[in-house]
Amino acid sequence: MKLILEKSKPGRKGVGLPKLDVPRVSAKKAWPKELVRSHQPKLPQLAENDVVRHYTNLSRRNYGVDQGFYPLGSCTMKYNPKINEEIAANCGFGALHPLMPEYLAQGALEVMFRLEKALCEISGFKHATLQPAAGAHGELTGIMLIKAYHRYHGKTNKNVMLVPDSAHGTNPASAVLAGYKIVELPSDDRGNVDIQAFRGALNDDVAGIMLTNPSTLGLLEENITEIANSLHERDALLYYDGANLNAVMGYARPGDMGFDVMHFNLHKTFSTPHGGGGPGSGPVAVNEKLVPFLPVPTVEHRDDHYFLNYDVPMSIGPLMTYYGNFAVMLRALVYILRNGAEGLKRVSEDAVLNANYVMQRLKEVGYTPSFPRRCMHEFVLNNSDKAKKGARTLDISKRLLDFGIHPATMYFPLIVKEAMMIEPTETESRETLDNFIEVMAQINREIDDNLDLLTQAPHNLPVKRLDDVRASREPVFRYKPGQE
Amino acid sequence: MTYTSHTDAERREMLETIGLEKIEDLFADIPKKMRASALELDGPLSETEVRREFARIADGNCDMTCSLFLGAGSYHHFIPAALSHLVMRSEFYTAYTPYQAEASQGMLQSIYEYQSMMCELTGMDVSNASMYDGATALYEAAIMAMRCARKRTRIIVDECINPLYRNVLATYAGNLDLELVHVPAKDGHTDVEAIAATLDDKTAAVLVSNPNFFGVVQDFSELAGKVHEYKALLVMSVNPVALGALKTPGEMGADIVTGEAQPFRSPMFFGGPYIGFMTTREKYVRKMPGRIISETVDEDGERGFVMTLQTREQHIRREKATSNICTNQGLLSLTVAVYLSLIGRDGFTALAEQNISKAAYAKKALTKVEGVSLKWKSPAFNEFVLSLPQDAEKVIENLTAEEKIVGGLPLKRYYEGMDNDVLVCVTEMNTREQIDEYAAALGRLI
Repeated sequence: MKLILEKSKPGRKGVGLPKLDVPRVSAKKAWPKELVRSHQPKLPQLAENDVVRHYTNLSRRNYGVDQGFYPLGSCTMKYNPKINEEIAANCGFGALHPLMPEYLAQGALEVMFRLEKALCEISGFKHATLQPAAGAHGELTGIMLIKAYHRYHGKTNKNVMLVPDSAHGTNPASAVLAGYKIVELPSDDRGNVDIQAFRGALNDDVAGIMLTNPSTLGLLEENITEIANSLHERDALLYYDGANLNAVMGYARPGDMGFDVMHFNLHKTFSTPHGGGGPGSGPVAVNEKLVPFLPVPTVEHRDDHYFLNYDVPMSIGPLMTYYGNFAVMLRALVYILRNGAEGLKRVSEDAVLNANYVMQRLKEVGYTPSFPRRCMHEFVLNNSDKAKKGARTLDISKRLLDFGIHPATMYFPLIVKEAMMIEPTETESRETLDNFIEVMAQINREIDDNLDLLTQAPHNLPVKRLDDVRASREPVFRYKPGQE
Repeated sequence: MTYTSHTDAERREMLETIGLEKIEDLFADIPKKMRASALELDGPLSETEVRREFARIADGNCDMTCSLFLGAGSYHHFIPAALSHLVMRSEFYTAYTPYQAEASQGMLQSIYEYQSMMCELTGMDVSNASMYDGATALYEAAIMAMRCARKRTRIIVDECINPLYRNVLATYAGNLDLELVHVPAKDGHTDVEAIAATLDDKTAAVLVSNPNFFGVVQDFSELAGKVHEYKALLVMSVNPVALGALKTPGEMGADIVTGEAQPFRSPMFFGGPYIGFMTTREKYVRKMPGRIISETVDEDGERGFVMTLQTREQHIRREKATSNICTNQGLLSLTVAVYLSLIGRDGFTALAEQNISKAAYAKKALTKVEGVSLKWKSPAFNEFVLSLPQDAEKVIENLTAEEKIVGGLPLKRYYEGMDNDVLVCVTEMNTREQIDEYAAALGRLI
């Protein structure tokens, strides 16, 4: 499809601005010559309908959860309820300036206050900040809180963060950006943190550990109690990566497992749309130890009045220009209210049920789960037997696209060869799951019967397989409009 | 239940397939003493109840018939009707990050279009796919500059930069070996000489903004020359709406351009989600954080788009990563591309001109009030500082309470000695009538 910039027609006008009802003052008149732009930026010149057609047709070259199954492991691609969007669009919060006097923003502050309370109840923590804009931003925030805690207690020697080898790549990256050295812990043959390696790595320089529980393998950490106790004995803290919270709501709370701080992904667990890669929201909850260091402003409630509190003397400071991705928080609160406690418990039950069902059925049709345990809300296939026959995980994934199914997460976690990480989520029906299993079975047969079908897939998408190598060797980052 | 579909019979059959009896058996791995007791949450509410509840909550917000002269980083601008319709296509908003390029060409192409437009506006070669917001984009630019100017750890920060941004810089700066050196403003504009005198061979970057927090626009060509003499980078944070009139940061010699593109889509949403942007020169692209989209071809030679240069990211480098960002504000970069396409080339120029015109009119109208004057007469975009004859916080408070006019941001909280000063913002959304009413109300209150 042509670029919008290539469709531009000289002189064509788009949507008009409000009428200018004051005397016109041009930049040339208002400013010295050296400040004035020498040429108009070459933006498209199109009529409204041209633009509407262009982006409507582009949307048809994109695949979202509303079109079909999206079992992208670790991303929790559940259905995004429409009432969330309606409330966000229609409740008038869009016109609320962030620096409005507090008494005129009571509604927005109530939303933030109630969401914080609900997240703390779900996770077993004391307080939370809603500021982080994404999961990785939440990780960085959590690690900064740990750092502030150790600094306050004079433990500046604590400069090591333990990270399991199954962790999300953002975990070590976030810890590095907070100024930590990383010690990677291997996994054992049941997918747990290797407890011997953990004991060996533990010393007084350890500031904390970053764990996902259930892990990225979809497995519950069996040694969590020992890990928590031995870290706390040395005054090291436990960070919980909440990417997999969808597995345990109403059954277990990270705060009760011994964790000190965690981040949530509102765009995963709490059904806010992923938006093609953002905006997300990554609130961070903490126990008493870390409350004094929370980012400013905190949202407080006193004498029937909500307010932003900047008077937090040991705060790490503000994380964003304002208070975080408010419109995402709004959707998450709608979701929590729609579900209630029973609903959220049901969410985790069906998420885990669906994952185990799909894992069991895929085993029956010739696929190999990476660990012989019951899984939580997701599981990882090891496709190395298929790769030996010439069908890599990449090929199986591209072939899935031909059946209108979004592929699972590929080649992650790094410790599983030819990994395919499948997270069905709770919002998928039995028919959708069964269809996926049938398609996977067919693809498995095609590996023997007609391998080309896989290696040349996808066959019926807007484009064939794209050349990533060329894009990284000779990248083209922008369209350059011609001289007119 | 709310958004799940299984009937009890289906659940039983599925449990049977797995070889379990009860749903609770799925959670057998969770030790008994870690089991949660029932959560105490409001709900469940039906859709109708949710609508009622949020209508009640929204009542706690201000009456939106207030006229708004408040900016300071978040701006009230015109939103074309077609914009929200296009952005709410669920093929876009319910998609994930475009890892599977063949199924994500819509989002990838729109981000490529966004990148192309942002380069065109800022006069730079490369744009990333967007960042969290204006403040975090500025911090990312500062540490990117440290990677470009190796082993240098000093960042010079102009105090004309939005104080909210500078607070955010201070939060993150403590993480790394990085020294922030602040240079005070001089009569509302950047003190180029003072910055030049602060430069040394440990300086990685100089951070300025344009228009600055006080609305003042400035030519930084001379500063760029001095910064480059020291082999440091000039980072410029801009309000992109001003680029319809302002000489491009590229022409001024900036090396990294960042800013807040919220004004291109508008819902102010109590502060977010917004969209930070970042553009730079091609030679620095491999040091740039965030996603970048590149054009490429498919097996048939047809044009397509993919995420590229991912080796810079955390997936591969893990503990050597230079950035932990693995999202962009995807939906908002789409929004920016659609917005700029809808208002178009002439519309974009006219938009900047309208903002200058309205601000010029407001300056005249408001300074006719006795005792009210402009703090500085420097060239400005759509914001300016007004000096009142008394404590500005009080006056602004009364204006809001009595006249339903949100007259601007009192600067007392942000700068010493500015107790009587207020930052006023006027955009194309403020009518002449609103401005006249503001002046009249100010006259009554002072």
